Amino acid sequence: MLTRLLLSDRGGLIILALLTALIIYVPIGNLLLPADSPLHVSTFTVTLLGKFLCFALLALAIDLIWGYAGILSLGHGAFFGLGGYVMGMYLTRQIGDRGVYGHPELPDFMVFMNYDSLPWYWQGFDQFWFALLMVMLVPGLLALVFGWMAFRSRVSGVYFAIITQALVFALMLAFFRNEMGFGGNNGLTDFKDILGFDITARQTRVTLFVISGVCLIGAYLMCRFIITSRFGRVLVAIRDAESRTRFAGYQVESYKLWLFVFSAMLAGIAGALYVPQVGIINPGEFSPIASIEAVLWVAVGGRGSLFGAIIGAFSVNGAKTWFTTVYPEVWLFALGTLFVLVTLFLPRGIAGIFRTLGQWTSRKPKGDEQ
Amino acid sequence: MPESHGRVAACPGPELPLSMGLSVMMKRLLESLSAWVMLGAFIVPGVLWAESSVEEEPSDMALPLVDIQDMSAEIEPPAPDPEAVFAEQVDRLATGNLRERREMAEALVEGGHPRAGMILNALLEGRLLTTWSTPETPALIILQRGEDAPGRVEQAVTGEVLADGVPSGARAVPINNPMRNLLRDLAAMADMNHALPQRRILASERLMRGSLGPEQMALIESRLLVEEHPRVIDALEITQAVGLLRHEDAQVRLESLERLRGSLLAVVRSTVGAVAEQDPDPIVRQHAVETLEAIQTRIAFYRFTENLFFGLSLGSVLLLAALGLAITFGVMGVINMAHGELIMIGAYTTWFLQTLMPGNLTTALLLAIPAAFLISGLVGVAMERGIIQFLYGRPLETLLATFGLSLILQQAVRSLFSPLNQAVASPEWISGSLAVNPVLSLTWNRIYILIFALLVFLALLLILKRTTLGLKVRAVSQNRAMARSLGVRASWVDAMTFGLGAGIAGVAGVALAQLTNVGPNMGQSYIVDSFMVVVFGGVGNIWGTFVGALGLGVMTKFMEPFAGAVLAKIFVLIFIILFIQYRPRGLFPQKGRSAEA
Amino acid sequence: MSLLKDTRALMRRDQVFDFMLPPPDFEQPVDLSHGPILYLEDVSVSFDGFRALNRLNLAVDAGELRCIIGPNGAGKTTMMDAITGKTRADEGQIYFGQRIDLQKLSEYQIARGGIGRKFQKPTVFEALGVFENLELSLASDKSTWASLGFRLRPDQRDRMDEVLQLIGLGTQRDRQAGTLSHGQKQWLEIGMLLMQNPMVLLVDEPVAGMTAEETERTAELLTSLAGRHTVIVVEHDMAFVRSIARRVTVLHQGSVLAEGSMDRVSSDPRVIEVYLGEET
Ligand SMILES: Nc1ncnc2c1ncn2[C@@H]1O[C@H](COP(=O)(O)OP(=O)(O)OP(=O)(O)O)[C@@H](O)[C@H]1O
Ligand SMILES: [Mg+2]
Repeated sequence: MLTRLLLSDRGGLIILALLTALIIYVPIGNLLLPADSPLHVSTFTVTLLGKFLCFALLALAIDLIWGYAGILSLGHGAFFGLGGYVMGMYLTRQIGDRGVYGHPELPDFMVFMNYDSLPWYWQGFDQFWFALLMVMLVPGLLALVFGWMAFRSRVSGVYFAIITQALVFALMLAFFRNEMGFGGNNGLTDFKDILGFDITARQTRVTLFVISGVCLIGAYLMCRFIITSRFGRVLVAIRDAESRTRFAGYQVESYKLWLFVFSAMLAGIAGALYVPQVGIINPGEFSPIASIEAVLWVAVGGRGSLFGAIIGAFSVNGAKTWFTTVYPEVWLFALGTLFVLVTLFLPRGIAGIFRTLGQWTSRKPKGDEQ
Repeated sequence: MPESHGRVAACPGPELPLSMGLSVMMKRLLESLSAWVMLGAFIVPGVLWAESSVEEEPSDMALPLVDIQDMSAEIEPPAPDPEAVFAEQVDRLATGNLRERREMAEALVEGGHPRAGMILNALLEGRLLTTWSTPETPALIILQRGEDAPGRVEQAVTGEVLADGVPSGARAVPINNPMRNLLRDLAAMADMNHALPQRRILASERLMRGSLGPEQMALIESRLLVEEHPRVIDALEITQAVGLLRHEDAQVRLESLERLRGSLLAVVRSTVGAVAEQDPDPIVRQHAVETLEAIQTRIAFYRFTENLFFGLSLGSVLLLAALGLAITFGVMGVINMAHGELIMIGAYTTWFLQTLMPGNLTTALLLAIPAAFLISGLVGVAMERGIIQFLYGRPLETLLATFGLSLILQQAVRSLFSPLNQAVASPEWISGSLAVNPVLSLTWNRIYILIFALLVFLALLLILKRTTLGLKVRAVSQNRAMARSLGVRASWVDAMTFGLGAGIAGVAGVALAQLTNVGPNMGQSYIVDSFMVVVFGGVGNIWGTFVGALGLGVMTKFMEPFAGAVLAKIFVLIFIILFIQYRPRGLFPQKGRSAEA
Repeated sequence: MSLLKDTRALMRRDQVFDFMLPPPDFEQPVDLSHGPILYLEDVSVSFDGFRALNRLNLAVDAGELRCIIGPNGAGKTTMMDAITGKTRADEGQIYFGQRIDLQKLSEYQIARGGIGRKFQKPTVFEALGVFENLELSLASDKSTWASLGFRLRPDQRDRMDEVLQLIGLGTQRDRQAGTLSHGQKQWLEIGMLLMQNPMVLLVDEPVAGMTAEETERTAELLTSLAGRHTVIVVEHDMAFVRSIARRVTVLHQGSVLAEGSMDRVSSDPRVIEVYLGEET
């Protein structure tokens, strides 16, 4: 089984090995090595890397639909954000009476806005299992409804891209409204603990990091499973000749919809892992530009090769972090130039370099061609 | 109420309500068309009025002294120098006891001095100030000008400007309530003979708010005998009718109610409302109710027109923002994320030209239009030649490259100028508003931008339809390889087309700079909306962009009154999403088999 | 508008409500008790007012090999589009066997039901290999979940090798389909059609771009298919048509101009005028 997934995926193997190493090393480096050791990993770095892992998961979700089925979503931030909000709701309920107003049930912002009881859609989120379920269900359901309409009407290409953008934009505006009951502008924050563990504690941070890493690896293997199965070949067929695929007897819409929902759930999980690590979720996650940026990670890493998405998320965000701390005034120049250069000289992204470096694969992995 | 139901139907909902929403939209479009035809009848006189006030007012403000000299030259012969009498009256108005002040106020009106109305108004509004008088220095009487010349402080009698502003120790001349009522009438009466028709109208309207006693009614009547200006006559008659609502003869009251049907003034409405409730005669009460309804209907119509105007105005902004994109994205297929930044470059060009010639806002603005077109256009050509030409046929990669470019351009502006917003001033003639009637006033800048957007659209249409460049553009956009083999220099056409789209974005920036802040981030606020408009209208179709922009603008503004700005926008976005389900290639899809591939 | 249509449909007395009809059951053999396997009656299709099909009538019997000829723009491809659900007919009826109303089905259902199609312009899955192209076309459960766990059975593998030999691509099985030549793509698409094992094959200009020898092989293949399958061929190559034709239909301006044996049709003066030209 695993051999089928990883055979002819040398790049993926390398990335998986690196990720595993990271997952093993970071806890040791943070918890066991003394702070003055050169190999020590600061808690700040742990959180930063954990964030990158979530971004990589989001990039993976985007690459799955864009790289393999040609569905460009400029609104995947919607699913990421919804997953994040669901987790944020759980964490907010965990605050209990420790808020500024000390209300036993209502979060601070609701007390402030004179709610007298919890709105119905906040019910149940004090249960972790329920929140976990919702992390996948809410984005999945939105993707199901949205995708069902769009694919059924055969909305495709830029039209699809733009209406996903409309979707995420509408969500942003909606969540900015205080009346929505999600904290408006400020979003949800001031979390205290998760499953009883202090959310700011080092151990919790490291655990969250490890969980994110494991999720990423798991998601990668699932995506590999999909694309190496016949399903994956149908996807490529759809991307290249949609109408031919229909005449071969495939219900193109259901394939797209299945994949879209799956991808939305991955994005939701990414958002849910992201929120406890950064400690806040606000409508900014729904900004259309943020979603476009996530697409750009995929493009930089190499659209159509799953490990490329992971590379892209890490390298762009890494560069962003480095530039904003070291040369804050030039980082936009650098990032902009990076995007331009990648499109001009690396049409297959960074993953493309791997491929040109060694033509070692016996058979080309599917779906790598433009 | 039924109206708002119709609007709700235009909001979200699955397929079924959508088609209903569409029909509602069509109906609304039709209604708005007829509204415009009708509005035309109202606007034309309105424009004349507004223009006369704009042109005449400054001369009045700037040269009060000349006025006085003219007047004094005319009334020279009679024995007591009228100027001296006037000065004396003003002095006693400000310093005398209450009874004396009342007398003086009346005397001032009688004297008919051109500054009398101004002084009485100032007294009424607490802008007439005095200093303490001592034996050595007599009290100085000072007039702070009101809205007609804000901040200007002058000697009450002569109009000489006091450069130091209000001297310390000056206090407002006190008045009590009975005096206030008297003054209101007096001030209005004094203005009744003002040289400017608009002032006479205002005076008449002020009389309406006052006591409207026999004295005032007589004044109105006498003025009506000599008045020639039609609008003033109109205003006077309405004031008279309001006065006659208290007439003991019910027939007279009925007639004046009839006369008041056409008026939209708030005072008229409240007076008629009072009549509807309190008049002794039931028939009159009944008529008053009807009159009130008639007035309300007209007001509703103007509110509708206002909404429509706001909608078209928003639509024109969307149109300006989206037109360039309709070329670069719609015609050329480049997902141009740097479009917003091209708009920003246009806006900065405006700002830069203004800082170059600070005294000459109008020239700077007019120069900015070609300058912005050239600069943004050149940036566009450079973008095309440098980057985009290598990416044709890979539309999604243009997204990446142009997004990178947009980051670079933003940061470049930040580093070159400043990360802060820049203030762009508007020339005199763009600010202010056109008051069509008491309930409908349209701001000039929005009117100009609407006209400007239409002109830009027409120009673009002409370029595409009537020039060889346009022909080549269409050829290349439909079949690049074929056009090339027929001898069209595709690369040159591409560069020109992209330059054209970019240049139009720049021109849009000039106009948008008049409405919003000019800053490095301004482009981002337009990019999403622009894409929505182009996609909604149908990629590759300029008319689609036109209808899409205006349609979305009007739709937003009609939803805003009851949904609020944010919800309205959300509804519009949902509408777009649903609409695309219904027509997956926008309002005006591109035809032909190739479009299906 | 669609609302109006729906309500009207509800009011019709001559028809059972759509939702009460059982879904078409393809497991059952197509009902051929009354003759034709494919039956078009008064089918019209128009594009922006232009009538590409104008009250077209056509009946094809099971096992028949039917050639369809006609000038450019006669509506041959449009007819195939209408049958396979790519384009919806404005009016008229299209039946598959006795029972199955093709206009109620979408493309994939029609394909699964047993109507296969080769496009005028060869379309294969360019990014996939030759073998994978065939594998995708293979008749099997094509739902999403089934695809996730799909494995080739040995008999299916044998069938594929057989088809590979038949279409002359036995040595190219791992080549990327996008790199094949025009003629090879034509063959591959025919191969994909064979893998689908359809009851009816709609073949649009199969020999365009093939050498004389290959044309002959195609003719052989198509004739051998007839009988077990129903084959409808559109072609402009008259020699080819002549070599395979039993029954020929001539389309002109969206409707049937003539129908009959090749000899009868080619001597019809109207056909000579609009299509064949004088010298034939
Ligand atoms: N999607 C479409 N939009 C507009 N017109 C169309 C469309 N499809 C077909 N047509 C028109 O319908 C007519 C019939 O086209 P069709 O492709 O069926 O002809 P054909 O008989 O296959 O011709 P050829 O021998 O050249 O393949 C043509 O005039 C074509 O222009
Ligand atoms: Mg054809």
